[in-house]
Amino acid sequence: MSNCFSGNEAVAYAMKQINPDVMGAFPITPSTEIPEYFAQYVANGEVNTEYVTVESEHSSMSVCIAAEAAGARSVCATSSCGLALMYEMLYVAASCRLPITLACVTRALSGPININNDHSDSMGARDTGWIQIYAENNQEAYDNFIMAMPIGETASVRLPVMTCMDGFITSHAVENIEFLDTEVVRKFVGEYNPENYLLKKENPLAVGPYDISAYYMEHKVLEAEAMKAAKARILEVADEFAKISGRHYGLFEEYRMEDAELAMVLIGSSAGTAKAAVDQLREQGVKAGLIKVRVFRPFPGEELAQALSKTKAVAVMDKSEGFSANGGPLFAETRSALYDLKQRPHLIDIVFGLGGRDLKTEDVENIFARLADIAATGETGPVYTHLGQRQRRK
Amino acid sequence: MIHAKDINEQTPLEDLTPGGEIYEAGTARDFNTGSWRTDTPIFHAEKCKHCMLCVPFCPDSAIPVKDGKRLEFDYLHCKGCGVCETACPFAAITMVTGGEPK
Amino acid sequence: MLTNDMVEIRWHGRGGQGAKMACMLLAEVAGLEGKFVQGFPEYGPERMGAPITAYNRISDKRCSIHSNIYYPDYVVVLDETLLDSVDVCEGLKEGGAIIINTPGSPGQVRAKLRGWAGKVCTIDGRRISEEILGRNFPNTPLLAAVVKISGALAVDRFLADIEESFKHKFAAKPQVIEGNMATLKKSMEEVQVG
Repeated sequence: MSNCFSGNEAVAYAMKQINPDVMGAFPITPSTEIPEYFAQYVANGEVNTEYVTVESEHSSMSVCIAAEAAGARSVCATSSCGLALMYEMLYVAASCRLPITLACVTRALSGPININNDHSDSMGARDTGWIQIYAENNQEAYDNFIMAMPIGETASVRLPVMTCMDGFITSHAVENIEFLDTEVVRKFVGEYNPENYLLKKENPLAVGPYDISAYYMEHKVLEAEAMKAAKARILEVADEFAKISGRHYGLFEEYRMEDAELAMVLIGSSAGTAKAAVDQLREQGVKAGLIKVRVFRPFPGEELAQALSKTKAVAVMDKSEGFSANGGPLFAETRSALYDLKQRPHLIDIVFGLGGRDLKTEDVENIFARLADIAATGETGPVYTHLGQRQRRK
Repeated sequence: MIHAKDINEQTPLEDLTPGGEIYEAGTARDFNTGSWRTDTPIFHAEKCKHCMLCVPFCPDSAIPVKDGKRLEFDYLHCKGCGVCETACPFAAITMVTGGEPK
Repeated sequence: MLTNDMVEIRWHGRGGQGAKMACMLLAEVAGLEGKFVQGFPEYGPERMGAPITAYNRISDKRCSIHSNIYYPDYVVVLDETLLDSVDVCEGLKEGGAIIINTPGSPGQVRAKLRGWAGKVCTIDGRRISEEILGRNFPNTPLLAAVVKISGALAVDRFLADIEESFKHKFAAKPQVIEGNMATLKKSMEEVQVG
């Protein structure tokens, strides 16, 4: 058997190994291949999943919500406008505390219409109450999907999990990958055994009741507590996963950060490109490092602040705009996390890679040159800028 | 497991259920929602043919049925809307003014 | 042949010609041979005939770079008409080579290459494909040519591994395997270097 698979193939294969009870399926580029491959597994009888085709993503998520509430483990995949159309139901899933797993193959949002990668879809859903875990490559996309259920289904967490990978760059790129044995995966993920569910005859369940204001606040605080509890559970599951795979994951990955003075904070496949640039800079004696944020929800604020506390200048790389006029979402989180440090590095935000605009190793090297300049002069210059667009020189 | 009847506006969040789930059916029985009627239906058992037309019309499930016979109104849940009086073909239900059955 | 530790290949084709398929197949076979690989497409407008590019990285070490390839060692052109509209030699490393699907000779197409002075290879993929497979599938001949010219993989092992891969891929229509294998071998013999 081949040892090279695309990100979409890898996630579809992880789904097959898990053999979930229900899939709510509606295709959208670049995640289309996931329901496509999975439909083949269903047709071949390789899984006994109830594959529910629907007329929109609002409905595919509704299927997952209903099925999960009934006591069935449910999965879904989508991208871009599909995720946007689920928006209402994403909140319902999270607030009903239904641990659905969604593979989000990240893609720009319209408009102008564009099918290529950035993080505007998943970042738009960052406050819906879903755990968000991002992959750098196909291996991580596969691993994250397998870790999602043990995280989300834990009683102290009970939240849905969105595993994100970069559209096309990861979803359609064939790379070497190591799959685990199906038996190992099934044992790791286990059965979905919720304490209460709609089809439990001993105590029929009412899900999603109307909350008057005397109750809503309490339920939201419970949800917030669950998101806080998820942090420890994510690390616990990562440790267990390391035992079966030999691959170690944290809330974020620190790359050559031991003595780094200049650092970059970023998410997804671009981190791989930046690692190669950091290696080059290290060879030239530049104390460069990077932090790849893997878990964006819950946001590892304290840990990130600690990891950046010894640096002099940091570039936060946002692969979505956000239109706050004050920098992208990763920047907002990172800057907020650093506020409590006694000694803070200089911080800049660079919005890059929108709609598939490529990030090159040279771009990363140029950013580190800018950071070196900031560290040397103490002058940050413009804090919030964009990278890679055609523009007249001012 | 906490029961719906034990949840109220003084319950601290630690005792509430995730997502506000309710782990039992028919919990409306636990709540007296018929305390504010302005009109009240009166059941005339001698005229009733037990045709059961009134039962599905009642929006508050306030007409109990046992062994194929309708019983006296459940005044803890009846809101006095009067739809049962209109639905009854045998004048076995009449509305009276006031919140109490007279 | 270049001596750096990673071979980077850029494919130019038009939607529907199979550049992506060839690129993916090359990655898969190289993976079977123990290499670290990447194979990925870059889509432009979504229509038949639109110019597309696809990329391969083949190395003995894992490559974390996920950008496109700007300085390829080898460029493969599946459609000769692209030479007029796309600067296919852009960034092509000195010492690398360009491999073009054309009935012409290397000398005949060099004039269209905007000053590229390095190695030019040609192969009449259309004729070979039509002769053996009965239809124009330019990706198979060009895949054979780039494997031979780049030396990224040992030819014998490549042929053995891709045959295995075909058996898996074409499990439902095994009759096409022989023709594809013959096309690959013939193309390796016919590719001209100039």
